[in-house]
Amino acid sequence: MKRPRKFFQRPLPELPEANFSGRLFAVEGPDGSGRSTQIAMLAQWLESRGFAVRSMGLRESNLVAEELEQAKKGNILTHSTLSLFYATDFFDKLINEIIPALRAGFIVLADRYVYTLMSRDLVRGADRDWVRNLYGPALVPDAVFYFRVGPRQLVERNFEKNTTLDYWESGMDLGLSRDMFDSFIKYQRLIQVEFARMQAEYGFDVINANMGVDRIQRELRRKVSSLLEIED
Amino acid sequence: MSAPKRPYPGKLIAVEGLDGSGKSTQIYLVKRWLELSGAKVYFTEWNSSVLVKAATSKGKKRQLLTPTTFSLIHATDFADRYERQILPLLRAGFIVLADRYFFTALARDGVRGVDQSWVEKLYSFAVKPDITFYFEVPLEVSLNRILEGRPALKYHEAGLDMGWSTDPYESFRIFQGKILKEYARMKKPYGFTVIDATDEIHVQQARVRKLISEQIDLARFVKRGRN
Repeated sequence: MKRPRKFFQRPLPELPEANFSGRLFAVEGPDGSGRSTQIAMLAQWLESRGFAVRSMGLRESNLVAEELEQAKKGNILTHSTLSLFYATDFFDKLINEIIPALRAGFIVLADRYVYTLMSRDLVRGADRDWVRNLYGPALVPDAVFYFRVGPRQLVERNFEKNTTLDYWESGMDLGLSRDMFDSFIKYQRLIQVEFARMQAEYGFDVINANMGVDRIQRELRRKVSSLLEIED
Repeated sequence: MSAPKRPYPGKLIAVEGLDGSGKSTQIYLVKRWLELSGAKVYFTEWNSSVLVKAATSKGKKRQLLTPTTFSLIHATDFADRYERQILPLLRAGFIVLADRYFFTALARDGVRGVDQSWVEKLYSFAVKPDITFYFEVPLEVSLNRILEGRPALKYHEAGLDMGWSTDPYESFRIFQGKILKEYARMKKPYGFTVIDATDEIHVQQARVRKLISEQIDLARFVKRGRN
């Protein structure tokens, strides 16, 4: 069944009519919150139920991915430039991958969406209206599942995954602290505050990601089932 | 990220106009004039950030760009030049000369169907120029100047991505005609200083120099030890 779609502020000029039958579910949460594990499990389950699924991360766009990586390594871009670079990458993905998949009737599971990008800009001092405008022509997802984890638990999970904390996930470019551990905690708290603010504005479905993998998956399936109007 | 409110000692002069309006020649002559008089001057061109350029040209070559990403990647390029060069130089007291400024984005993106208030807000972090010279030229004149030599027009330059015509020359004509309308609309609200670009080059240049001298105290910009 085709359903009309909503944009945050204004339609994309590339979309003459925004009616498609696919569904867009976004999963948000910091690195280490279990997003990708849960998405993989959910995709498998949906496929077992006969749904065509496409999982998409924010990072694999054709257009500017290499340049972004290069720029991040050198840490040479200023804030507005980095915001716009990320936005270019996002819209490239939205227009050339997400929307065609939705048109074809797929369920798209987005591993992070505009909210992560917006929160990163906002904690770096970007103007709220400027950021809202920037992502104004983005498609509003059918649901946003926000995996919330406390900063302390996040540190543990990050160390389980990697032996070091990531420069960007620690917000080291912000100069919050010279100490990486300290900076990580402070930065993740700031991001969480932004997410709490956005949660009220955009109506996220919050998932307590301190829970175990299976419990989280059960909750996710329950929510998705009711959105798709299928049996759990 | 909003436009800086603090006053800075520098001055920003931008030129706008259709391809073939002669604006680049004019800004070059302004640059020479200011350099020879010993002023602190810096020149910047549209779409020239080294870092962003690779992505832009890749996107253009592979025709990956859509109106929205076309708009955003040019805004990225501009932001990079603005934050690392234009603004710091204005704060350091330079006269910054810009061959095209964000008005070019407003015109081109508008023609591509992108909402102009959206684009305007993307660029809201940038200061408005102290003087924006608009080199006004009838469409046929600028088209002749460009098309005379039957140049190989690039895909986006010719507006071929819009599908108005499969013939690059015809598409270019249509595209330029639409851009001209956008410029005409922007002239007043943005306070463009209009220069008749059908005049002889040196006549236009004399007018431009006179207008600059009247509005900017050039003696203030002469490098130390030069006067």
